[in-house]
Amino acid sequence: MQKEKGALGWALIGIAALFLLVMLVLPLVLVASEALAKGWQTYLRAITEPFAVKALYLTLEATVLAVISNTVFGLASAFLLTKFSFRGKSLIGSMIDLPFAISPVVAGLFFIMLFGRMSPLYPFLRAEHITIVFAVPGIILATVFVTFPFITRELVPVMEAQGRDEEEAAATFGASGWQIFRYVTLPNIKWALVYGVILCTARAMGEFGAVSVVSGHVRGKTNTLPLHIEILYNEYNFTAAFAVASILVILAVLILVLRNLAEGRAKRGESHDG
Amino acid sequence: MTAEVHLQHIQKTFGGFKASNDVNLTIEKGRIIGLLGPSGSGKTTILRMIAGLETPDSGDIYIGGQRVNDIEPGKRGIGFVFQNYALFRYMTVRENIAFGLTIQKTPKKKIKERVDALTELVGLKDFGHRYPMQLSGGQRQRVAFARALAPEPELLLLDEPFAAIDAKVRKELRGWLRKAIHKLGITSIFVTHDQDEAVEVADDIVIVNRGHIEQTGTPVEIYQQPRTPFVADFIGEAVHVPDFTIFKGFENGRASGAHEGIIRPEFLEIGADDSEMRMPLASEDGTVRGVYFRGNSAEVDVEVKGQLLKGTRSLEKPPLHEGDTAKVFIHRIYSFAGGKTEILENRAKQIDSVII
Repeated sequence: MQKEKGALGWALIGIAALFLLVMLVLPLVLVASEALAKGWQTYLRAITEPFAVKALYLTLEATVLAVISNTVFGLASAFLLTKFSFRGKSLIGSMIDLPFAISPVVAGLFFIMLFGRMSPLYPFLRAEHITIVFAVPGIILATVFVTFPFITRELVPVMEAQGRDEEEAAATFGASGWQIFRYVTLPNIKWALVYGVILCTARAMGEFGAVSVVSGHVRGKTNTLPLHIEILYNEYNFTAAFAVASILVILAVLILVLRNLAEGRAKRGESHDG
Repeated sequence: MTAEVHLQHIQKTFGGFKASNDVNLTIEKGRIIGLLGPSGSGKTTILRMIAGLETPDSGDIYIGGQRVNDIEPGKRGIGFVFQNYALFRYMTVRENIAFGLTIQKTPKKKIKERVDALTELVGLKDFGHRYPMQLSGGQRQRVAFARALAPEPELLLLDEPFAAIDAKVRKELRGWLRKAIHKLGITSIFVTHDQDEAVEVADDIVIVNRGHIEQTGTPVEIYQQPRTPFVADFIGEAVHVPDFTIFKGFENGRASGAHEGIIRPEFLEIGADDSEMRMPLASEDGTVRGVYFRGNSAEVDVEVKGQLLKGTRSLEKPPLHEGDTAKVFIHRIYSFAGGKTEILENRAKQIDSVII
C-alpha cells in the first residue's frame, strides 16, 4: 500500500464520490426537500391521510407475513440443501433462485393465471368465496414469491461451510432432531439468519412489480406504499408522493442500520468461533 | 462398563463406490484398536457404521452382544470423537462436556460433578468458561475426548484423533490418550492413516484396504509377519523389487513364477568398504545415489544391480556421498512369489550360523 495518493487515487475517489452524490445523495435530498416543500403541515397531512396510513399497514402486513413464511421456508430449505444428499438437489437449489431471475411482473402474471378468472381453479375458489387476486392474499403471495430466495441464499453458504459434524456429534449424544436444531444448528446460523431476514424485509417493503399486477389498485384496500406513491405521482400530487416516499426512505435507513449492526455482530461472532 | 464389538459380513456402497466389502471384525473388551489404512480405504466408514452415523447395506453390527443395526447412534452407548472435534462453537468447554448429560436429563448436581471430574482428567480445569475458538488444537482435542466420555459410553470411537494437531503436541497427546483410555478401561477404536500413531497407541492394529480387512494383529505381528503383499508394502518404508533372485543370498528363491519382493530400509546394511562389513563376500557392490540427513541418521539411496534401494546409516560412521561406491548387505526380503508372502533370510547368514 502506498501512503501517497497519486493523481489516479484522487481521480478514482472523485469518480466514486460523484457517482454516490448523483445516484444516492441527491435523490435522498430531493425526496426530503420535495416532501417538505410546502411545509411540515402539508407533509404531516399527506402521511396521515387515511389512504396513506392504510397503504402503510398493508405494506407492513405483507412484509411481516412474507418474512415469517420465508424464514420458515428458508430454514427448512437451507437445512435440506446442506445437511442431506439426495437426487435432484442441485435442481431444487436452482429452483429456489427462480424469483431472482424472473421479472416480478411475470411473477405477478403467474398468480393472475393461477388464481384469476382464467384459472381452472377459479370455479372452486369462487364457490368457496376465496378471493386471491386483486385482494390482500394476492399481494401477500406475490411478496412471498419475490422474496423467498433471500433467507435460503444467506443460510446455505454458512451452513455448507459448517458441515454437519456438529449435528452428528449432537446425534451421538441422543439429541432429537428438534434439540439438534435448537441447540446446535440455530445458534450457529443466527447471524446469517438475521441478515437474511433484514434483506428479505427490505425487499418485501419495496416490492412494486409483482404486487402491482395482482393488486388491482383499489385505494384503501389493495394499495401498498409503493403503489400508493405511484398513484399520487400520476395524479401530479408531487408533495404527497414524496412525503409518502419519505416513509419508505426512513424505513430503508432503519433497515440499513440494523443490517450493519447484524453484520458487525456476525463478524465478531465468527472471530470468536469460526 | 465396557463392551466388545463384532462386525459380520458388512457391505456398504456409496453410489458406485464400495466402501466396505465383506468386513468381519471382532474387538475384545477393553482394547485399543487402530484402524489403519490409506485414505479412501474405508476405515472411517467402518467407524461411522459402528457409531450408527452410516447404515450398512447388509451385515450385522454387535456392541456388547446386542445387534445395533436398527438402534440410533444416541442409544448405542458410544462416544464419538470427530476428526475436527466438531465442538459446539457457541457453547463453553463446560457446556460442551455437559451436552450429552443435559440431553439425558441428568440432574444438575450430577452434571456438575461429572464435568468437574472430566475437566480435571483432561487438564482443562481453568478453561471451563472458554469457547472452543479460544483453545489450541490440543486443548480442543481433549475437550472432544471429555465430551465423548461424559455420558459414560461403553465404546469410544475416534476418527483421526490427531490429524489436526501439530507434530510436537501430537506426540504428547498420543501418550496421554493411551494412558487415559487404559486407565478407564474402555474399549476404543480409532482411525488413522499414520503408522507411527497406530503402533504407538493401539493394542491391536487392523489394516484396512479397499473396504476389506487385510490383517489384524498386535503392532509387532503386523510389522514382522505381514500376511498379504498389501500389508508388507504399507507398513514401514518399502522398496519393491521385481526380481529378488538377482541379489546375493537370494538366488534360488522359488523355482518358478515371478520373484517380486519388498525390501525395507532396516533390512539393509550399508558400508563404505569391505572393512565395515561383517560378511563382505556376501555383500553386493553398489553406488550411492543420494544421501539425506534425517536428524538421527542418514537416509541413503543406493543402486545395486540397476535397482535403487533405500537404507539408513548411522551418523557416527564415515559419511557417504553421492557417487561413492558402497557395500550393501541385504538381511532379508519379503517375498510375494507364488502369490504368498513369506520372509526370506539371506542364505549367507544361515550358512554362517551353521559354521559357528
